[in-house]
Amino acid sequence: MKVIGVGNRWRRDDAVGLEVAARVRAAAPDGVEVLEREGEPVALLDAFDGADAVVLVDAVSSGAPPGTLHRLDAVASALPGELFRRSTHHLGVPEAVELGRALGRLPSAVVVIGVEGGSWDAGEALSPPVAAAVGAAVDAVLEEVARCTSTR
Amino acid sequence: MSERTIVTEYLARVEGEGGMRVRIDGDRVADVQLQIYEPPRFFEAFLRGRRFTEAPDITARICGICPVAYQMSSVAAMERICGVEVGGQLRALRRLLYCGEWIESHALHVFMLHAPDFLGYESAIELAQHDAALVARALELKKTGNRVMTVVGGREVHPINVRVGGWYRTPTKRELRELRDPLQRALEESLAAVRLTAGFDFPDYDRDYELVALREPGEYPIDAGRIVSSEGIDIDVSEYEQWFEEEHVPWSNALHSHVIGRGSYLCGPLARFALSFDRLSPVAREAAAEAGLTAAERNPFRSIVVRCVELVEACHEALRLIDAYEEPDAPAVEVEPRAGVGHGCTEAPRGILWHRYAIDGDGTILEAKIVPPTSQNQRAIEEDLRGVVERSLQVPDDRLALLCEQTIRNYDPCISCATHFLKLEVERS
Repeated sequence: MKVIGVGNRWRRDDAVGLEVAARVRAAAPDGVEVLEREGEPVALLDAFDGADAVVLVDAVSSGAPPGTLHRLDAVASALPGELFRRSTHHLGVPEAVELGRALGRLPSAVVVIGVEGGSWDAGEALSPPVAAAVGAAVDAVLEEVARCTSTR
Repeated sequence: MSERTIVTEYLARVEGEGGMRVRIDGDRVADVQLQIYEPPRFFEAFLRGRRFTEAPDITARICGICPVAYQMSSVAAMERICGVEVGGQLRALRRLLYCGEWIESHALHVFMLHAPDFLGYESAIELAQHDAALVARALELKKTGNRVMTVVGGREVHPINVRVGGWYRTPTKRELRELRDPLQRALEESLAAVRLTAGFDFPDYDRDYELVALREPGEYPIDAGRIVSSEGIDIDVSEYEQWFEEEHVPWSNALHSHVIGRGSYLCGPLARFALSFDRLSPVAREAAAEAGLTAAERNPFRSIVVRCVELVEACHEALRLIDAYEEPDAPAVEVEPRAGVGHGCTEAPRGILWHRYAIDGDGTILEAKIVPPTSQNQRAIEEDLRGVVERSLQVPDDRLALLCEQTIRNYDPCISCATHFLKLEVERS
């Protein structure tokens, strides 16, 4: 079981996946590997290797209020590309998942916890509504971890 | 002919995001604008007041695809200011690390971003659905580049071992030897890639560019050299600003570069290949010859083949460096800060990346200027778009938009270095 935080530390709210992953690392049960990635799809595919279940955390942009949490099952259906457009590199989480599907390298469970971002400028700090949502996002990830580990 | 506007909301398959707009008036291209945002400007401000030793780690963060290029240009500049020369195996390791970056960056661009254009697929995902074996081999090739970066740089992305004066830790001979087999396979894979891409159909287009690249004695240009051009420029990197200038254009956040008194220029694989063809290893030169490439190649669409020749060169060079490696006595030379201004320029996968820093006697950065390759190529990209669209006015809008995207992808624009969002619009009137 792996938790993968995706983001760019220098693009304000784009860093939320990394922030959540760092907090999950401190709270996750033994046997859960926590990784941080920038969203480059090949590196993400490599990160999938060896895991039967993966929880991805990334910033998304759907037009919802910043800080809103989304839960997406990436195995059941393709991730909506437009949600992830704000990724620093165009090839990102949805492309990594689809590449994994095409190449038979997708873990049997892939859940994405998306945190709605609002500020994508160059800079280091999360915007206040996104910073305030980090705790709830950590809980959501830990809930997925508990669900995945209990069904194994 | 009526007014035509073609809008592509989002330009896919370039590194990062940006925008493009083409306006066609009858049978004439009225206007071409490439619109990009530019984080280096943020980083230039961010660097001021930081320690000179922090520059490689901070600038590496500008780009997830070419962090080594940023590190290498910044350490070169700082070492020049401080009067330190990093040579021998310490320099050889830098070149090896850079080979790793070229391999991973070129493999990503050639197969995942550019090849789908030539093979008629919408994306690498569609390509993977039709030819999973090819994509799997491409990913393996890219992974070998990442492995080199991990072993030498200490980490797959944003290497952490690089420092002003050398390295925090140098690898053992044994660690490097373990890279031999994967690199040997990568070399074979790269030769196959040259043959594959040489067989693509290329639009009939060429242009008399001023080509700009580094050139140095005895080696293909990667981590050092003088700046030369096909129009006779031959200067030390410190003289860059006497020959090249940046200007602000209202439609882009990235500054446009041009040769003072002349105009646009092209940097990147096609320029390096043309200006340093005689510096390629025999295996790369033979592969180029089999692919029908000569130093006179000026079709930007064939840059995908040139990139594959550079993959061959990078794999071969990495193997050569590993075979000649001796563990250095010390991982770095001592560097004492001294007040001054210094310049560094190296060959990022997509072209020359130029840095200038001013630091004070305590080693505090007073000023930083970073000119990434994509902003240098912006004007050449716009001119290519104009040329390509002018020859393809009869092509329907949707196909024309795709051809424009393909034209932009010839440059492997790293818009995350140079930009944020990219939207593509073609407007006809």
